Amino acid sequence: MSDAPLLTVRNLRVVYPSDEGDFRAVRNVSFTLGRERLGIVGESGSGKSTTGRAIMGLVPEPGRVEADLLRLGDTDLRTLNERGFRKLRGKRIAMVLQDPKYSLDPVMTVGRQIAETHRHHFRSSAKQARAAALEMLEAVHIRDPERVYTQYPHQVSGGMGQRIMIAMMLIAGPDLLIADEPTSALDVTVQHQVLAIMDEQVRKRGMGLILISHNLHLVSSFCDRVLVMYAGQIVESCKAAHLSEAQHPYTRGLLAALPELGHRRLVLPQLQRDPAWLEDVAPLTDATP
Amino acid sequence: MITLENVSVAYGTGARRVLAASDVSLHVTPGEAFGLVGESGSGKSTVLRAVAGLIAHAEGRIVLAGQEMGRRRSTATRKMVQMVFQDPYGSLHPNQTVDQILSMPVAIHRLGDADRRVATALREVGLGREHRFRYPHQLSGGQRQRVAIARALILQPRILLLDEPTSALDVSVQAEILNLLTRLRRDHGLTMLMVSHDLAVIAHLCERIGVMSRGELLELTTADALASGTVTHPYTKQLLRSNQGFDPSSVDIDATPAA
Repeated sequence: MSDAPLLTVRNLRVVYPSDEGDFRAVRNVSFTLGRERLGIVGESGSGKSTTGRAIMGLVPEPGRVEADLLRLGDTDLRTLNERGFRKLRGKRIAMVLQDPKYSLDPVMTVGRQIAETHRHHFRSSAKQARAAALEMLEAVHIRDPERVYTQYPHQVSGGMGQRIMIAMMLIAGPDLLIADEPTSALDVTVQHQVLAIMDEQVRKRGMGLILISHNLHLVSSFCDRVLVMYAGQIVESCKAAHLSEAQHPYTRGLLAALPELGHRRLVLPQLQRDPAWLEDVAPLTDATP
Repeated sequence: MITLENVSVAYGTGARRVLAASDVSLHVTPGEAFGLVGESGSGKSTVLRAVAGLIAHAEGRIVLAGQEMGRRRSTATRKMVQMVFQDPYGSLHPNQTVDQILSMPVAIHRLGDADRRVATALREVGLGREHRFRYPHQLSGGQRQRVAIARALILQPRILLLDEPTSALDVSVQAEILNLLTRLRRDHGLTMLMVSHDLAVIAHLCERIGVMSRGELLELTTADALASGTVTHPYTKQLLRSNQGFDPSSVDIDATPAA
């Protein structure tokens, strides 16, 4: 892992104002990301997706994003307006979402969608963009790029759709890929193919990857490092391979609640939520290492 | 309790006829929990729906509690076989309260005494009186799935069909629902037929398991065999590997995904 971190997040807060006071969706989340694969796990509503969206500048009004530090390379993301973010998205950070059925434009062929991204970021000619898109489709192991180029999203399978998404996201050569539940809508065998393709590209291009998922096994076997989120906070951070030895009672409770092949229990231990887990963890200060 | 003999289910006619399930045979004894695993399009849900009587089977015999199922089912048969669906967000009527949702089957089957039955069913699935007059959107995913289970149980069925009952739920909620199903099966002597893509979930609840792919039942195995890895069919072995987490060395990137 090289010197300067790709992404630095310090005390990230996302707040949605409401009649009953502010709802704090993300509370003082801090981490740095190098050229590695970082997993964020947690249950629905834990703030893992909101964290990813905040980095992309995609938290909708009236939501507020605050942070002591939010830097991508040498760019301060806190000062960017919508225009600034639009230049950044695709070119430097890209995001793959759960279901390609909803994230691809249904009335445009997939080839044109990928080429459009290239034209937008490089002001390339139609011919150059087409060539780049075909090359990218091949890079994500699509066997017949020419044919797939002319297809519409409804004509491709879920696994193929996700490969197309990855191709589109990587064509402008971003440094950071945020994948939010990229394989949850897919069958297990296809899931692993898509992950392998993503892994191959991320390694080849020396990118950073944030994988957001609820699937503990998947994250621990795929990523280098894992952050566990609960109620908007990071409650634990550890090496992915050591997730099974997690310390926090929430992580331990989640792991225990998973049914396991070869370890059949009559009754699964149910997670007992401790109100203490909701208490604010101390924000990072300059004094903390 | 459940016997399928060479059951086939087809959609469409003529040249567009597709066999969604072909030649499936299995036998489930009373009180047993039997699981069907497979990927999307494998025909596992089709088999479940044929047993439920939601779709007609084209060939073969379906025998439930000693009675052969024909084109039409009697009210008594329908009462005996109840189903819980995957998505508790889609399977409950959004404009009806829990009380109305649970009273409906009681009225249809003219059981009477709806008030007491609803109260009992709610208690049984671990919901309180405060949930009775709420609408589905006022409940969490786990609570909704409990309502769906209560709706099935209120008719006191002998067979419970489960279509991916926990795949839309968080891990901690999944554990609660699985524990609930285990308890209900024991207390009521229910026979269960469950469909899932998750090997660990199905092996947790079921003793015997059928593996399906492309409409065919490839292998009949047991939870113990899955646990020890002593399965015979290559497809089952592949599923088993996939369920053990991501391992780049075992992935064939260029393999065509099963249609």
